[in-house]
Amino acid sequence: MASKPRVKVPKSAAVGDVITIKTLINHKMESGQRKDKKTGEKIPQQIIDSFVATFNGTEVVNFTPAGAISANPFFEFTMKVPAAGDLHFVWKDQKGDVFETTKSIAIG
Amino acid sequence: MNIVTKTTMISGIIALSLGFAANAGEDAKLVINGQELATHVKGGPDSPLDELFSGWVFRTEETQALQLDDFENPGMVFVDHARDTWETAEGTAGKSCADCHGDVESMAGLRAVLPRWNADKGALYTMEDYINDSVVNHMGAEKWKYTGAKMQAMVGLISLQSRGHTVAVETGGPAAAAYELGKEIYYTRVGQLDMACSNCHEDNYGVYIRADHLSQGQINGFPAYRLKNAKLNAVHARFKGCMKNIRATPYKPAGDEFRALELYVASRGNGLPIEGPSVRN
Amino acid sequence: MDLSRRHALALGGAAVTISLIPINLAQAAAHSGKTAEAIKMFAGDADVAEGGVELTAPEIAENGNTVPIAVSADGAASILIVADGNPLPDVITLNFGELAGSSSASTRIRLAGSQNVVAIAKMADGSFKSASAAVKVTIGGCGG
Repeated sequence: MASKPRVKVPKSAAVGDVITIKTLINHKMESGQRKDKKTGEKIPQQIIDSFVATFNGTEVVNFTPAGAISANPFFEFTMKVPAAGDLHFVWKDQKGDVFETTKSIAIG
Repeated sequence: MNIVTKTTMISGIIALSLGFAANAGEDAKLVINGQELATHVKGGPDSPLDELFSGWVFRTEETQALQLDDFENPGMVFVDHARDTWETAEGTAGKSCADCHGDVESMAGLRAVLPRWNADKGALYTMEDYINDSVVNHMGAEKWKYTGAKMQAMVGLISLQSRGHTVAVETGGPAAAAYELGKEIYYTRVGQLDMACSNCHEDNYGVYIRADHLSQGQINGFPAYRLKNAKLNAVHARFKGCMKNIRATPYKPAGDEFRALELYVASRGNGLPIEGPSVRN
Repeated sequence: MDLSRRHALALGGAAVTISLIPINLAQAAAHSGKTAEAIKMFAGDADVAEGGVELTAPEIAENGNTVPIAVSADGAASILIVADGNPLPDVITLNFGELAGSSSASTRIRLAGSQNVVAIAKMADGSFKSASAAVKVTIGGCGG
């Protein structure tokens, strides 16, 4: 049901620039702490537990969220631009769903 | 168990005019993607409030910051969903919203004048009513749940098209009966706590109830992404929540009472700009 | 009274940067053995020094469900964030790769109640640094 994750990346930068990247994805991040109102049982945890950003195949950041990350997880971080290329973002959740998106950065 | 009194109101208003803008600094402005939205306007000649304040001003700096950028605003991720929905055909007619309405930008101005009397239907129509009318009667699809995620995402997308437009709901003519009913509901004490909407939102806005900073209860920012439940909330869902908080049996979302109340509450905001999906606690 | 409280909020409600608050790990352990365990899983038996890490969190969180935080530690290879009052203290582990522009990140977290948010940074040379921020989580009177 979730549509494309949102990422904010500058379209171009100079080599050596440190740019800010923001990402937001729609996900319930079921923490595993909530109880089912009817049964009283804890609703099993189902969260995004991996977020990796790579640029032209090289790792930028690799985050391991836990249940305490809010729903619709937001991440902001920086990258040093080595060249023109593609920023690839991958989110994985505990159910095995994978969400990805790619943004290109030009030099200029 | 009398939480609020008239004398509290006086001190509340003084503290209000002197201090509450200090939440985010005297000069805090709501500027979204370069567009400045007024958060403090004078009430009109018929307004029961001298000054109108957006719910935005009552929130902490961190919460306010989340609304300043359409990327950082978590509510916008649902608006994205609605953009997809807008383009997707649904129902027996095999049409999408776009097929009849073109670009969603064509909806500009609509949110600012709703709810309004729909002469064709002989009834007061909210945004959700218009949407479901199209979904069911023009698209031949199943009606969408009034307060559900799909509906509120669409309400959010359409509200966004009116961002900056001034709220101007019509309260006279055929809408007058609903307006009067809404007004009556607003001022009637209900529930175990025996409180009316006005007790908090008119008599005591700006004051704290426990740790909650009371707003005027304006709805120009709805649907609102609430930090509390991490989703876009419908006006009627919020009304229901408020009634439950004072331990009253709530009216039903999509029912006549809440429609009337929505018209009345919207009219109290006549003069404020639509904010598109807002971020609130 | 409302006025002064509001001013207190205006002053303190702004993002607070604390880099030199000593972490009393024994205290953390007293709160919850789980927090000490989580830190140990990350830092082993190494000494965790104070300072060198900036952790930004609101002094008063309007709603515990979504609390914006930011952390930065020059030269850190990775940073562990824990919340010592949550049922499970782990919040997130941030690993910074070759192309990270800085060892810093922002996110939004859930806090079950007033507590300390703790950031432990693993530096490139294998040493550990830390910072802590006390966050009050309010319970709303009516809408919260």
